[in-house]
Amino acid sequence: MASPRTLFDKIWQNHLVATQEDGTCLIYIDLHLVHEVTSPQAFEGLRAAGRKLRRPDKTLAVADHNVPTTNRAGGIANEESRIQVETLEKNVKEFGVPYYPVMDIRQGVVHIIGPEQGLTQPGMTVVCGDSHTATHGAFGGLAFGIGTSEVEHVMATQTLIQRPAKNMRVTVNGKPPAGTSAKDFILAIIGKVGTAGGTGHVIEFAGEAIRNLSMEGRMTVCNMAIEAGARAGMVAPDETTYAYLKGRPHAPKGAAWDAALAYWKTLPSDEGATYDKEVVLDASEIIPFVTWGTSPQDALPITGIVPDPASIADEGRRAAVERSIEYMGLTAGQKLTDIKIDTVFVGSCTNGRIEDIRAAAAVAKGRKVAPGVRALIVPGSGLVKEQAEQEGLDKILLDAGFEWREPGCSMCLAMNDDKLRPGERSASTSNRNFEGRQGPGGRTHLVSPAMAAAAAVTGHLADVREFLT
Amino acid sequence: MKKFETFTGVAAPMPSQNIDTDKIIPARFLKTIQRAGLGKSLFNDQRYNDDGSEKEGFILNQPAYRKSEILVVGDNFGCGSSREHAPWALTDYGIRTIIGTDFADIFFNNSFKNGMLLIKLPKEIVDELMDDAQKGANARLTVDLEAQEITRPNGDKVKFDVDPFRKHCLLNGLDDIGLTMEKRSDIDTFEGKDGNARPWAPSIAAE
Ligand code: SF4
Repeated sequence: MASPRTLFDKIWQNHLVATQEDGTCLIYIDLHLVHEVTSPQAFEGLRAAGRKLRRPDKTLAVADHNVPTTNRAGGIANEESRIQVETLEKNVKEFGVPYYPVMDIRQGVVHIIGPEQGLTQPGMTVVCGDSHTATHGAFGGLAFGIGTSEVEHVMATQTLIQRPAKNMRVTVNGKPPAGTSAKDFILAIIGKVGTAGGTGHVIEFAGEAIRNLSMEGRMTVCNMAIEAGARAGMVAPDETTYAYLKGRPHAPKGAAWDAALAYWKTLPSDEGATYDKEVVLDASEIIPFVTWGTSPQDALPITGIVPDPASIADEGRRAAVERSIEYMGLTAGQKLTDIKIDTVFVGSCTNGRIEDIRAAAAVAKGRKVAPGVRALIVPGSGLVKEQAEQEGLDKILLDAGFEWREPGCSMCLAMNDDKLRPGERSASTSNRNFEGRQGPGGRTHLVSPAMAAAAAVTGHLADVREFLT
Repeated sequence: MKKFETFTGVAAPMPSQNIDTDKIIPARFLKTIQRAGLGKSLFNDQRYNDDGSEKEGFILNQPAYRKSEILVVGDNFGCGSSREHAPWALTDYGIRTIIGTDFADIFFNNSFKNGMLLIKLPKEIVDELMDDAQKGANARLTVDLEAQEITRPNGDKVKFDVDPFRKHCLLNGLDDIGLTMEKRSDIDTFEGKDGNARPWAPSIAAE
């Protein structure tokens, strides 16, 4: 009998085009997502070499990083941002690439729209010039971020030169307490393994608590696998996956659906498959998390305190913690719930889906954003926005004093007008709290959507469990 | 791509852990549609004051290190985003080799594709090279990729490992796409087989 294989092993072997003597592989790519920031130099490269896209029908482009989230019809004021979006529009036309224009209801953050359209399916290889491509692994595919040279390589050949990754399994057992969400799982996981804990590995998330997550929650977890250093994150497909996919515009239909389903069911890791690295967590012990520092691994339960560098033995780590505390304007020993914030951002490919907006609205309902706090809700796509409006979530949030914006990456990385000013502090549902990520000098605390709403109404980092009725 | 040739250059020490891609090149510099010209914005927020003047303390602003071609770095250098702007900014500045204990995966890949050599070595050896790099104008290392050898200022030699395929591409200045194009018939065959096996795979029409 063949030896048991993991989900990753199976997808890898099903996509092998060629293997070189030294073990380097040529891997076939099923879906290539393209956005305006990391593609211009790739298109330029093709043009210079007189090359075409091999499979434009397996490519989808969208502008998301630079688009304004207010007054869209007015165009983009910032010249460089405008040029980048116009360059994409020119390139997709010239190379015949499918594209959702900025004013199209399907436009949104690239990692939100692939799943939403049913383009992301189990067993597929999905790449994009963006590290959070890992999001798509939630469907049981192999999805990872690539650089612009590789974007060009996929455009020209529909393949990538890769070496196999190692297998890592992160199991989250048990049931989480009320108030804990997928975001808290992944912050807890990164807090435990560190930002280099997954380097060289693909993480398969498993266990009862992961199985019980919705597709939205699984996407949140896989999205931040890269923050644990992993190449990709994935969750084996199951009934939840199939139910989410069924009926989506690009999902197979009729007999093709049945054939696809039969194939998808062969994908989950075999009994007895082995992993190079295993980590186990107990969901019942995970309470809402926040980050205090400038690395996603600087994550602690909300009941915690800012760490004291003096208590850290490792010299390198101590220096990093000192630097983080200084940049973040905090003091060692300070209670996390005493940290005042002036900005709240709910959105991004981590937490810009309908469930995330529901979670924020549930806390905001009947409450008011604290005085002096600017609170932005940026739906992940035009369709998420539309659905939220149909559910009346926009009203609840607007009544509470939140701003209701147009879809895009927005304050996740501040390439458009939505940014922190120097010294400003946010509770943000995005994925990176690096120095200056949300604007030069800005300070970011990563939280779940419900925790972000709790911070908005109190004006400081707060324990959302106090808001549950 | 230019061929990677043996060179002797100044090595600058950057011992901090987790120097992320946002530090290497902040997001606001990603609005360019070109590859060249990012060197002046490398490490922008560490390197310049708000008024555009240089911060004296920053390593690459110190006279001995202004022409550095090598960086000796702390753990997990290059973590964060997939932006190739990070290696573009480094190469545009003149960095040709980075030495550390480990690097973030995507950054590692991107660097080689831009002709930069990233060398992973055990912690004790990186520490020694870090000491060498602290020596200011005397912080010169020789990097010989062919022999897989670094020569320290005191003449000692340090061996390093490198993936043979990456080495071959760097030494010959080979472009991946050209190499893969030669395997076109393999790709055709795969598409034929796979198209039959997974006929439902999504196909998107341009509008
Ligand atoms: S929302 Fe943030 S992390 Fe996601 S694609 Fe946009 S910029 Fe990247």
